[in-house]
Amino acid sequence: MVKYENGKKILVTPISAEDLADIKIGDILYLSGSLTTCRDVAHRRVVEEGREIPVDVRNNAILHAGPIIRPLENDKFEMVSVGPTTSMRMEKFEYEFVKTTGVRVIVGKGGMKENTAAACKDFGCIHVVIPAGNAVVAAVAVEEIERAEWRDLGMPETLWNCRVKEFGPLIVSIDSQGRNYFEEKKIEYNKRKDEQIEKICKEVKFIK
Amino acid sequence: MTHEEQVKRMTDMMAKFVGFTGKKLPDDVIAKLTELRSKETEAMPKVIYDTMFRNQELAVKLDRPSCQDTGVLQFWVKCGTGFPLIDDLEALLKEAVVKATFETPLRHNSVETFDEYNTGRNVGKGTPTVWWDIVPHSDKCEIYTYMAGGGCTLPGCATVLMPGEGYEGVTKFVMDRMTSYGLNACPPLLVGVGVATSVETAALLSKKALMRPIGSHNENERAAKMEKLLEDGINAIGLGPQGMGGKYSVMGVNIENTARHPSAIGVAVNVGCWSHRRGHIIFDKDLNYEITTHTGVEL
Repeated sequence: MVKYENGKKILVTPISAEDLADIKIGDILYLSGSLTTCRDVAHRRVVEEGREIPVDVRNNAILHAGPIIRPLENDKFEMVSVGPTTSMRMEKFEYEFVKTTGVRVIVGKGGMKENTAAACKDFGCIHVVIPAGNAVVAAVAVEEIERAEWRDLGMPETLWNCRVKEFGPLIVSIDSQGRNYFEEKKIEYNKRKDEQIEKICKEVKFIK
Repeated sequence: MTHEEQVKRMTDMMAKFVGFTGKKLPDDVIAKLTELRSKETEAMPKVIYDTMFRNQELAVKLDRPSCQDTGVLQFWVKCGTGFPLIDDLEALLKEAVVKATFETPLRHNSVETFDEYNTGRNVGKGTPTVWWDIVPHSDKCEIYTYMAGGGCTLPGCATVLMPGEGYEGVTKFVMDRMTSYGLNACPPLLVGVGVATSVETAALLSKKALMRPIGSHNENERAAKMEKLLEDGINAIGLGPQGMGGKYSVMGVNIENTARHPSAIGVAVNVGCWSHRRGHIIFDKDLNYEITTHTGVEL
């Protein structure tokens, strides 16, 4: 569901496709509820190995991240620092991953491409970015680590299933219509880049 | 102090310093980010900068690494041949990383290649990386520490251009990297460029360039001019914080260079993210130390 509190738009799990329908690229959101870290090898296991994901992420959120965890007593864990990792690494797996798992919100860093945009459009999902490098802001939004699965993958790659409160800010990079913020921005960036290259090249003819 | 006590003392100090650099950014980076933040006017870059500054405050207050990717540790050592611990240095730096990993804590970032398992200790075959510059007739030891995170390691690239491509080719090589990979590498970036002969000479220089303070310039006038041209050019692309758009893209461009073979121009680019966790410490022969990157640190 969606709620508004303290001027913030907050997605609360479980999330439906309808909840995401009027969210557009560039919107700023927050997330409360179930968020599971999930990155390279976990994607590979689900998509290439066909293994069932041991944490149910259907209608919930995943985070492309490898956190720093401190083990506590009785198989409990503390989230010390957590921030997003480059989402593009998961691009080749994401369409099948979304199709298989039914995840609704993918939190990560930087843009993703047409595979993910197609998944967002076909299955009602969004990709959002949390400003990266802000691992303490993100960690203090984690109320509890509820489960840890696929621990054989080591600390960064374990599926850490977290209960979060107002996790964000999350900026929408791909919306459920399939519009892609970074890809649209890249067209502007490349145009300006070409202009600048031309300008600089006139000034650096050092070999004569 | 006996020799063994000195080794232990230096190990402890380096472990503390490494841990500290994961929690607080160097003075020059904070100053530059403060300046860039004040120049942004749109809502999105402002929200992002606000988050960044709140994060750095919380990291110090809660005594935690400010970014979860505490990188593979890299050390650039400029060691005098008369420094009493020269024989022990490489082993003690590895031990310091293990110690820092459990005390700070740092993320376990060493995956053995081919066997493909995480060592769980943040060190492995050849990690931490230690580069040596041997300084004759000196009994001092200077160490640059750097946490090379995955995100800002990805844009790294080196190539060898034909001389016909000239510095125009260097320009294009660097600029293309900014819009393909740079925008995902946590801008505003510090961009390091190496210009030399071959891929490895250029690549090492490009990393060395990232150790230089923000706002410093190459001593060659033309190289310094090119630093400024690239800085202004990349800023004009308007990547903004996190590559999501804004008035600026970089904290600076640092170029390091050597002479080259007449038939080749080796060029490499390496970037540091906004969370540029670089440290610099200088030890004398009695292990008295001076830290140049961060004010107010006691080890």
